[in-house]
Amino acid sequence: MRLELQGITKRFGDLVANDRIDLKAEEGEILALLGENGAGKSTLMNVLSGLYRPDEGSILLDGNAAHFNDPGEAIRAGIGMVHQHFMLIPAFTVAENVMLGFERTRRFGFLDRKRAHDEISELSRKFGLEVDPDAIVGELSVGQQQRVEIVKTLARDAQVLVLDEPTAVLTPQETEDLFEVMRSLRASGRTILFITHKLKEVLAIADKIVVIRLGRVVGSATPGQASEQDLASMMVGRGVELSVSKSPATPGDPVLRVEDLTVLDDSGRIAVAGVTFNVRAGEILAVAGVQGNGQTELARAVTGLAAVLGGKVSVLDEDISAATPKQALQAGIAHIPEDRLRDGLVGSFSIAENMVLDVFDEAPFSKGGALDWDRIRSSATDRMAEFDVRARSNAVPVRTLSGGNQQKVIVARELTRKIRVIVASQPTRGLDVGSIEYVHRRLVEARDAGAAVLLVSVELDEVMALADSIVVMYRGKLTGPFPSGKLSREQIGLLMAGSSPAEIGVGGDQ
Amino acid sequence: MSEVSPESSGTEAQRSGDDAPGLLRKISHFLLSGNTLIITVLAFFSAIVIGAIIIVLATPKATGAWAQFLSSPGNAFAQSWFAIANAYGSLLQGSLGSAAAISETLVSTTPLMMSGLGIALAFRAGLFNIGGQGQVILGAAGATLAGFLFAGLPPILHIPLAILFGVAFGAAWGFIPGILKARTGAHEVITSMMLNYVGLNLLTFLLTSGLYQAPPRNQAISKTIAESARLPHLLGPSLRVNIGIILAIVFAIGVSWLLNKSTIGFRFRMLGANRDAARVAGVNIRRQYILALTLAGGLVGLAGAFQVMGVDYRMAPLYGGTVGFDGITVAILGRGSPLGVALSALLFGAFTAGGRTMQVNTNIPLQLVEVLQALVVLFVAAPGVIRTIYRIRLARAGERIFGGWGG
Repeated sequence: MRLELQGITKRFGDLVANDRIDLKAEEGEILALLGENGAGKSTLMNVLSGLYRPDEGSILLDGNAAHFNDPGEAIRAGIGMVHQHFMLIPAFTVAENVMLGFERTRRFGFLDRKRAHDEISELSRKFGLEVDPDAIVGELSVGQQQRVEIVKTLARDAQVLVLDEPTAVLTPQETEDLFEVMRSLRASGRTILFITHKLKEVLAIADKIVVIRLGRVVGSATPGQASEQDLASMMVGRGVELSVSKSPATPGDPVLRVEDLTVLDDSGRIAVAGVTFNVRAGEILAVAGVQGNGQTELARAVTGLAAVLGGKVSVLDEDISAATPKQALQAGIAHIPEDRLRDGLVGSFSIAENMVLDVFDEAPFSKGGALDWDRIRSSATDRMAEFDVRARSNAVPVRTLSGGNQQKVIVARELTRKIRVIVASQPTRGLDVGSIEYVHRRLVEARDAGAAVLLVSVELDEVMALADSIVVMYRGKLTGPFPSGKLSREQIGLLMAGSSPAEIGVGGDQ
Repeated sequence: MSEVSPESSGTEAQRSGDDAPGLLRKISHFLLSGNTLIITVLAFFSAIVIGAIIIVLATPKATGAWAQFLSSPGNAFAQSWFAIANAYGSLLQGSLGSAAAISETLVSTTPLMMSGLGIALAFRAGLFNIGGQGQVILGAAGATLAGFLFAGLPPILHIPLAILFGVAFGAAWGFIPGILKARTGAHEVITSMMLNYVGLNLLTFLLTSGLYQAPPRNQAISKTIAESARLPHLLGPSLRVNIGIILAIVFAIGVSWLLNKSTIGFRFRMLGANRDAARVAGVNIRRQYILALTLAGGLVGLAGAFQVMGVDYRMAPLYGGTVGFDGITVAILGRGSPLGVALSALLFGAFTAGGRTMQVNTNIPLQLVEVLQALVVLFVAAPGVIRTIYRIRLARAGERIFGGWGG
C-alpha cells in the first residue's frame, strides 16, 4: 500500500510539533524517518496511528484520503504500529496477545484459539518470525517480544508497518535478525516506516531516508548518496563530531572497588552474581551489555539504592556496602540515574530546586534548617549558564524542558559537588546528538579532573567512544576488563549476547 | 523519548521559589494561577444554583405554588424567588451581617483551618491523612486534661501548656500510622481511618473514667477546664470569637514557612512530588513518613484543642463531630497550600455560621450548607465538569492536586 502524507501540521498551543510534513512511501519500500528526539517523530507517528488528529494536511493511502478518529480506524485501514514500549500482556500467551482486541469467536462467544494459533504459525513461517504461539510472553526475550508485536500487526492485515525505534532494545545480532524480517516484509509488498535516530542502521536497511528537524522535513537521501556524517549534520543542522575527542587516560589508584558483589532484583532473583572490578581515578570504565543483564542493579547497589546481598563496595578505604543513598553521596559518589524523570528529577519542581535536590540541606544552600533561596537561585542561574541549560528562567518546572536540558540539569547538579566517583547510567538515553556530545565532553572532563567514572550503557557507540576500559555484563556476570581498542564492535556484540572470550578469540584476561 | 506534548503543569501553589512580596499579591496569584479563579468562582456559582433548586423543593409554599403552575404561573416564580432570597439572605446575614455573625464565622473557621492545615501538610508529602477525626478528639482530650489537671497556673503558662498537650496527643495519633507505614508498609489511609474508631471509643471510655468524668458522675461529660486555660475572647465576653483564630493564622503562616522555606518542607514536597527521585537524592523516606504524619496529627489535634479551650471548655461523646473530615475538603479546596486552606476554611466557616441562622429563619435544614460545601468541592476537584458545563477551553489540562492511593 502506498502511504503519502501531505502537509501534515500538528500544533500544541504555540508549539508546532509537525510543520507541513510531506512524505511518500511506495509499496514494498522501507522509508527511514530520521530525527533527533523532540524533532516531532513521535507526534507524526501518533497522527498516523489515529491518536492525534492533524490540524492541517491529509493522509493518503493508495491515493485515497484517510481520516482516523481513533487508533482502531487506523488499524482497520491497514496501518500497524510497533511501539518502542511493547503493548503486550506478559501473563498471556503469544496467541492470546495476538488475538487481543480482535478476538475471533466461535459459536456462543467462545474464543477461536485454534484459528489464532494457525494464523501465527503461518505468519511466522512466511516472514521468518519464529515465535511459539503457546509461549507466555513474559518469558520471552525482548527480541522475541518484538516479533510478537510484528505478528500482531500482520495478523490484523497491516499493509503499512510503523516501527518506532525498534532496535533500541536489541543486541546487534537481534538487530540483524530484525532487518532480515524487514526485508522479507518488504518483499511481500508491505510498506515500512522505520523511525530511528541511529545512522548506521538507516544506511544498512532503508531504501529512502527522510530527515526531520524541529518538526520540519529538512532533507531526504538514499543510502547510496549520503554518508553518516551528512545525515548527522542534517539532523542537528550543523557539523557534528561523532567521536569524542579525548586524550589517553592517565589512571591513578583504584577509587571504586567492587569485590564479589551479589545483588538481587526487585523480584528477588539474583541480578548481579559475584562481580569484581575496580575503577581507577582518571579512568572511564564502561559496562556494556544488553538492557536487563544486571547493570541497573549494579549501579543501584553502588549508589546505595539496592541492598548488597554479598561482597563489598568501597570508595578509597571507606566500605560503603551498607551505605544509605545519602551516605554513598557523602562518600563522593555522583549519580546520573538511567531514568531521569523518575529517579533524577522532580518534574513539578523548578530548575533551581532540582539543582539542589541532594544538597539543599547542606551549606551554603541552607542554614539551621532554613533554605537560603537567594543562594539557591543565584547558584542555579550560574550553573545554567555554565552547563548550557536553556530555559526562560530558573523557576521553570523541569518537566517542561527538553530531554537534553533535563539531563544537563542533572549533570550540573552531580558534577558541581565534590566527587570521587561518577556512576553514569545510560547518561545519553533519548538525547539529541548535540546534548549527547555535551554530556560526553563533561564526563571526559570529569575524568581528566581525576574522577573515577563508571559508565553503564547499552549503546555500543557510546561505550566505544568513551571507555578507557570495557567490561561486558551478561546475565549478572562480568567479562573483562578489556582495554578499549582491543575489541571490535562485533566482538563486544558477541560478548553481550553471551559468548565467552575464548569463543571469540580474545584471551580472558580477568 | 521525550517528545513535544501539550504543556501540563502542576498547580502553581505547589511551586515555590516564585517571588511574591505582599500578601495581597500572594492571594491574587493563588487565585489566578492555573485558572483556579474561574473554576472556583464557577464552582461556587454552580453550587449556589443547585442549592437554589433544593431550597425550592424544601419549601412547601414554593412547591405548592408550582403545583398550581398552570392556573397562576407568576405565583410559582414569585414564591420560589422569595424562598431562595430568604434562604440565601439569612445565610449571608448569619455569616457576615453583624458583629455576632462575623464572630460565629470566625469561631467555626478556627478548627476547620487547623484540621485543614494538618491534612494539607500530609497531602504535600504525598500522604493521605484520613485520621482527622481521631486526631481532633485526642488533641481536645490532651488540652482538656491539662486544662483541669493543672488548675491554678497563671494563664500565661497554663494556656501554652494545654496547647502543648493538645499538639502532643494529636501528634501521637498521627505518629501511629506513620510508624506503621515506615516499618510495615501499612497504608496510612487504612490505619489512620481505623484510629478514628479507636479515638471515638477511647473518648467514650475516658468520659466515664475517674480521671475525666465530671462529678457527680452520672453523665458522660468531662470536667470543665480551668479559667486559666481558656483562650481569651477577642471582642468582649458576649462574642465567642477568641484568640484561637489568631493562633490558627499564625500556624498557617508557620506551615507555609515550613513547606516553602525549610529543609523539612523541601523533603516533604520532594516526597509528595516524586518519591523515587527523593530516595535517589538521599532522603530517608521512612523517616519522612513518620515526621509528616506526626506533624499533621499535631496540627489537626490543635483543631480539637482550640475548640475545647476557646468555645466548649469540656468534652462530650462524639466530640469534634466532622471537623476531622471537613479538614479534607478544606485541604482539597485550598489545593494543599496554607493560604488556600485559610481561605477555604473561612468560606466553610461562613457557611456553617450562616447555615444556623438560615435554619432558624426559614426552616431549611442546616444540611443544605453541607450540600453546598460538598458541591463546591466536587466541582473544584473535577474541573472537567465545570469546563463542560460552561464550555471553557483551557490550555492546561490534567491538573492534579493530589496523588491517588498508590503506595
